[in-house]
Amino acid sequence: MRIHRIALEPQALAEKQYDLQPLQQVFAKYKYKSGSLIPLLQAAQEHFGFLPAAVFPAIAQETGVAESVIYGVATFYAQFRLKPVGKNIIKVCHGTACHVQNATALTDALRDELGVKDGGTTPDGLFTLESVACLGCCSLAPVMMIGENTHGKLNGKMALKILRSIKNDALVLTQ
Amino acid sequence: MEVLHQPKVIVGLGSCGIAAGAAKTYERLLDIKAAGKLNFDLAKTSCVGMCYKEPLVEIHDQRGWVMYGDMTEDRIEQLLERHIGENEIVEEYAVSASSFKASEDDFLKGQLRIALRNCGHIDPESIEEAEQHRAYKAIQNILALEIPAEEVIQTVFDSGLRGRGGGGFLTGLKWRFAAQSESDEKYIICNADEGDPGAFMDRSLLEGDPHSVLEGMMIGGYAIGASHGVIYCRAEYPLAIKRLNIAIRQAKSKGYLGDQAFGNKNFSFDIYVKEGAGAFVCGEETALIASIEGQRGMPRKRPPFPAVSGLWQKPTNINNVETWANIPWIINNGSEAYAALGTEKSKGTKVFALTGKIKHGGLVEVPMGITINDIIFKLGGGIQDGKKFKAVQLGGPSGGCIPAHLGHTAVDYDSVNATGAIMGSGGMVVMDESTCMIDLAKFFLRFTQDESCGKCTFCRIGTKRMLEILERITDGKGEAQDIERLETLADQIKNNSLCGLGQTAPNPVLTTLKYFREEYEAHIFQKKCPAKVCKPLLHYSIHPTKCTGCTVCAKKCPTNAIDGERKGLHTINQELCIQCGECYTVCRFDAVVVD
Repeated sequence: MRIHRIALEPQALAEKQYDLQPLQQVFAKYKYKSGSLIPLLQAAQEHFGFLPAAVFPAIAQETGVAESVIYGVATFYAQFRLKPVGKNIIKVCHGTACHVQNATALTDALRDELGVKDGGTTPDGLFTLESVACLGCCSLAPVMMIGENTHGKLNGKMALKILRSIKNDALVLTQ
Repeated sequence: MEVLHQPKVIVGLGSCGIAAGAAKTYERLLDIKAAGKLNFDLAKTSCVGMCYKEPLVEIHDQRGWVMYGDMTEDRIEQLLERHIGENEIVEEYAVSASSFKASEDDFLKGQLRIALRNCGHIDPESIEEAEQHRAYKAIQNILALEIPAEEVIQTVFDSGLRGRGGGGFLTGLKWRFAAQSESDEKYIICNADEGDPGAFMDRSLLEGDPHSVLEGMMIGGYAIGASHGVIYCRAEYPLAIKRLNIAIRQAKSKGYLGDQAFGNKNFSFDIYVKEGAGAFVCGEETALIASIEGQRGMPRKRPPFPAVSGLWQKPTNINNVETWANIPWIINNGSEAYAALGTEKSKGTKVFALTGKIKHGGLVEVPMGITINDIIFKLGGGIQDGKKFKAVQLGGPSGGCIPAHLGHTAVDYDSVNATGAIMGSGGMVVMDESTCMIDLAKFFLRFTQDESCGKCTFCRIGTKRMLEILERITDGKGEAQDIERLETLADQIKNNSLCGLGQTAPNPVLTTLKYFREEYEAHIFQKKCPAKVCKPLLHYSIHPTKCTGCTVCAKKCPTNAIDGERKGLHTINQELCIQCGECYTVCRFDAVVVD
């Protein structure tokens, strides 16, 4: 069970205000459709990058499903996040093929460089580090995915090189 | 055979091809074409399964066709100039060809492709190309000849096709149950929630030939009397979802899907794609249905089976992607043709994702009954870096390890089950002597423990206890009774879990205990990891005569555990050493010894 995915820190609940107006369109699209809870949560996450607490009562009101049930669904699936994420999500594949080709070394190197644990986000909000089950690119193992880009046949050093180039690009942008 | 006015260049753009750089190659080809110096038609296809040679580019011209491997963007222009400009066959990059024996012919020609028949040969985003390769012929024939539903079911039954998702249940029988259920509404579901780590057969199929899956579902819908189909696909497969949606749109615009499909008054069928939200357990039928209904994906007790009460409490038939893709072929070619392949109880072919420490990793489709050794050595080219074949893992977290000495095992449901592993959905991860079997068992158990939905106590808590024991063994704190404890827990979890996830979760531990017991004993009693993987059990030292005193290791050591003068012998302070292996990696003189 993925209990570790649930945010336990109370400060996570005291969050800033989010504008829920854009969700109305999604609500309209799925109105009266049965089984729409997961697509609604997916759409909300697509919009905010994660599921802010305010989303739950809004969906509850719209669908008539109890908030507790919605929370239950959101915490059941690996896709849903209850905490804000970084601009770049690094997904390190830990499928079988990647595991036997030493994906652990990849995660270790990234963790040390970013100074965050698995699932954590860097203080500058640039990166979130995640381990995922399988990206389906087994013949290129070990693999990581940043945004839409998949990088294969990596080792720790190569992964850090990619990371630093993204960091540099971000720096150039802010200057 | 189409007439070629000018050479046709086809780029393989599956997920893995794109990851290997195929999209950049394609863009480069667009530039070259725009420059106008060389004349050719440019087309896309999907993965042909030869992942280890990606990016792949195929060129068709008057001489036939040649497939070139490793065609990265920096190589493609020169290749084109030689092949098209100078009319030369560039043999050093040719992996397969129509007119001569190329380097990787064994990989492709050793296969028999039914489910993957069109993968890597058609543009998956073009319904016209799919139709040139007989897409929708089977369903059109059934409707035109008004073949009774029962006859269609009998054909599938006689073909001997068994569920390719891993269960191995007779597809025809499953259809018959759903057909016999009386209801105003029935559903067809395609299970594309391919969650096994190390498996990508379904992804490749959906990306490469989505129409064959749609057609299979239509035939299923006709046979059991359903008018709605749902494809439950992993959200981690964005390209597969995109291509499925394109295929559905095309089929709708041609009138193949929707009310009165193919203009037939008595047949209506619609399909939509439902994105999964990431839960391995949703590969189980009843959990998958709960997930489509918008609930937590938790399995429920059976009976009633989905064939009686499934999606929205209506009769539902669920099959896996590969099973659906086989259906049109069976209808087109007859049940005898399919049943002629394979073994007595396992008919037809099976797709495997061949990965791990194998030279030629990729997707292969072989007739049932071929041996594991044939797949690994004849198709896969053997083990990487000349190492020794140790074991192969079949069936992912629900499966088990088959050791090298059982490499003669035939790949069919019953022979594989007899070893303690399962056929599974087709993941085949090859391991060499540098893989620690306890570490591997721990890897799978961590996965199932993480993915357990928590409903059954034994699966929820039992797997956690087993994982703790394995963690302690690999940490060098294993106890003498641990093997016995693992066996007891495994037995209890198997017998007291509701669904396949729990019932099979102990398999990776049980099979490694069965075939590699001495490795467990080495960890527990000698506190050694024979494969040199489990860090806390490793001991690093420096060979007194091989060390040249170059100081590289001392500089790299993160804990300053290495002392020594320049050009003098270095030593490792065992109290400071954290077994990170950095010194071993950087030493150019093989002076760092691990044991």
